[in-house]
Amino acid sequence: MQQSNYIIEVQHVSKRFGEKVALDDIHLNVKKGEFVTILGPSGCGKTTLLRLIAGFQTASEGTIKIAGEEITQTPPHMRPVNTVFQKYALFPHLNVYDNIAFGLKLKKTPQQVIEKKVKAALKMVGMTDYEDRDVDSLSGGQQQRVAIARAIVNEPEVLLLDEPLAALDLKMRKDMQMELKEMHQKLGITFVYVTHDQEEALTLSDTIVVMSEGKIQQIGTPMDIYNEPINSFVADFIGESNILNGTMVKDKLVHFAGHEFECVDKGFGEDMPVDVVIRPEDIYIFDPSDAAQLTGVVTSCIFKGVHFEMLVQTQEGYELMVQDYHSFEAGREVGLLVKPFDIHVMKKERTCNTFEGKMLDNTHVEFLGCSFECIAQEGLEAGDKVQVEVDFQHVNLQDNEEDGVLSGDVKFILYKGNHYHLTVFTDWDEDIYVDTNDVWDDGDRVGISIAPEHIRLNKL
Amino acid sequence: MRRRNWSIPYALFLLVFVVIPLLLIVWYAFTDEEGALTLSNFRKFMMHPEAMNTFIYSIGIAIITTLVCLVLGYPAAYILSQKQFKTSKTMVVLFILPMWVNILIRTLATVALFDFLKLPLGEGALIFGMVYNFLPFMIYPIYNTLQKMDQNLIEAAQDLGANPVKVFGKVILPLSMPGIVSGIVMVFMPTVSTFAIAELLTMNNIKLFGTTVQENIYNGMWNYGAALSLIMLLLIGIMSLFTNEEDSAQNESGGVI
Repeated sequence: MQQSNYIIEVQHVSKRFGEKVALDDIHLNVKKGEFVTILGPSGCGKTTLLRLIAGFQTASEGTIKIAGEEITQTPPHMRPVNTVFQKYALFPHLNVYDNIAFGLKLKKTPQQVIEKKVKAALKMVGMTDYEDRDVDSLSGGQQQRVAIARAIVNEPEVLLLDEPLAALDLKMRKDMQMELKEMHQKLGITFVYVTHDQEEALTLSDTIVVMSEGKIQQIGTPMDIYNEPINSFVADFIGESNILNGTMVKDKLVHFAGHEFECVDKGFGEDMPVDVVIRPEDIYIFDPSDAAQLTGVVTSCIFKGVHFEMLVQTQEGYELMVQDYHSFEAGREVGLLVKPFDIHVMKKERTCNTFEGKMLDNTHVEFLGCSFECIAQEGLEAGDKVQVEVDFQHVNLQDNEEDGVLSGDVKFILYKGNHYHLTVFTDWDEDIYVDTNDVWDDGDRVGISIAPEHIRLNKL
Repeated sequence: MRRRNWSIPYALFLLVFVVIPLLLIVWYAFTDEEGALTLSNFRKFMMHPEAMNTFIYSIGIAIITTLVCLVLGYPAAYILSQKQFKTSKTMVVLFILPMWVNILIRTLATVALFDFLKLPLGEGALIFGMVYNFLPFMIYPIYNTLQKMDQNLIEAAQDLGANPVKVFGKVILPLSMPGIVSGIVMVFMPTVSTFAIAELLTMNNIKLFGTTVQENIYNGMWNYGAALSLIMLLLIGIMSLFTNEEDSAQNESGGVI
């Protein structure tokens, strides 16, 4: 067994808070000495996962092993891990020295050894001679350094960091990132780092774990995650990207934005609907010429420091984001080109909404906890179980939630070049996916309705 | 009208009801019945073993009451501050509720209860009555500090290897000191000066210092009574000075005082 290679093994772990599922069947193995970042938007379960490893919460299901030992139910003070908290959590009644010595004193370490180790830890975080300072008199950055020193002085097998830099200003954050990376190399211990900042994750990590809604979306090196995102969520969350609907015509040929493009992906089958991801820096922009694959008009051009960020409306009606060192001011006609290698094709997770439903009578079907009118169909009777299919573009959203058959919250918005792809979390705990040209905001309360002719029924 | 003028009524109030009475106490304490300056009132207190004994006894009772309140109140405050109670304030209100009833009525009720249970009135009843009356003053400030405590600190201590006993001893207890100090002051100060509870719960058998002061004033010995009041005031003043220092050193507000 290769088991001994892994310092942390998370197997089948789920965590529920009442009805709410915070973590759903998580598998994660971390190699010794790795710098692993758990990345995701707020509420995705990343902090919960860290707290399960630290022991502040216990898993509803599954096992967690550290260094080969099962510790799923072990209380936090008996685990070989130490945590750096987002809000530092330094003890206000102790000075810097006593804060750092806290863990060592509990282990009954001899006085001289404590002194030596505290000094070494302070040196490691660049805070020599701060021993006698009151923690309240330190700046945020200094407090976080002390918090890191307090954790590493115990020489844990694993250091857990819960968004440790989130409360610092940008400049300080960048400096601390570099220092953390150096520290990781010097100490040689495993770091598990939680953040919602994708840039931080790309900068620091050996491995990134992208999470969303209590599930792991993708695990990989920063390069893998950036260049080969596994689905549209990861592509959208990591870096800027253009995500478009496309069709895989055949191997190495994909159709999107009204044209066919050569690409390097294969094995999707013929005429398969796919998501196409193109990073804005991978699109070449120039004055219209024969080399152009697409032509369009620049609608906005913003200076971003290193590069310009431009939005181009193509002739076919798609909006693409382009980044380039040269500026093409708004209103100018341009040509665009993408190299085959830079076109990333991803399998669609779904091509339409599917639900399980039940016929109420000839013209009514129940799914998503509500009754919908549908067109009478031969061979279906009241009580029959059916599979319901609804195309994304045929789900109607209304401002006024009373107008819909049921209501829900908009929770994930993806711009697909010429329309928005929304995930709406319904009040019956199921997601419905919607394509729309209307602009909605994250968290909007909406009413949902579906016209009878757009409900397709298949007997199960 | 300038804003500072708004404070005039309050200043007047303080002058008439706080400053002048205080000055009068001091004046009476240092004069005899003819109004001549003298230290005889204090000499009388020092020479008079009964008054001195009552004084020491009162402080003893106050210390016992405070300690009992602390021992009973801290766990109560701790339990109340736990997560499961934070949502419903019912328990806290129930603890505070007796304070809404007048202290004399509460004490009379205690007397009736002791009579009903055929328990003897006396020292035990006195301490029971004091604890019953002043326990909320101990619980509330401690509850306040515990409730505001950053939960992360407890987790940090666990994370660094502290078992539940160590977490309490090294983090929770030191951080709740401001609340404890507030609670001690709020219980100790009124128990030193109380007399109604002692009168009712001991059938006037046990005298507290407050009773002595009251008796002297009642019997027209204003000068001696004033001197005794002044001694008590000084004691309480020294107590609160000590706590103020403690508070600023801790730099962690959260108590009531």
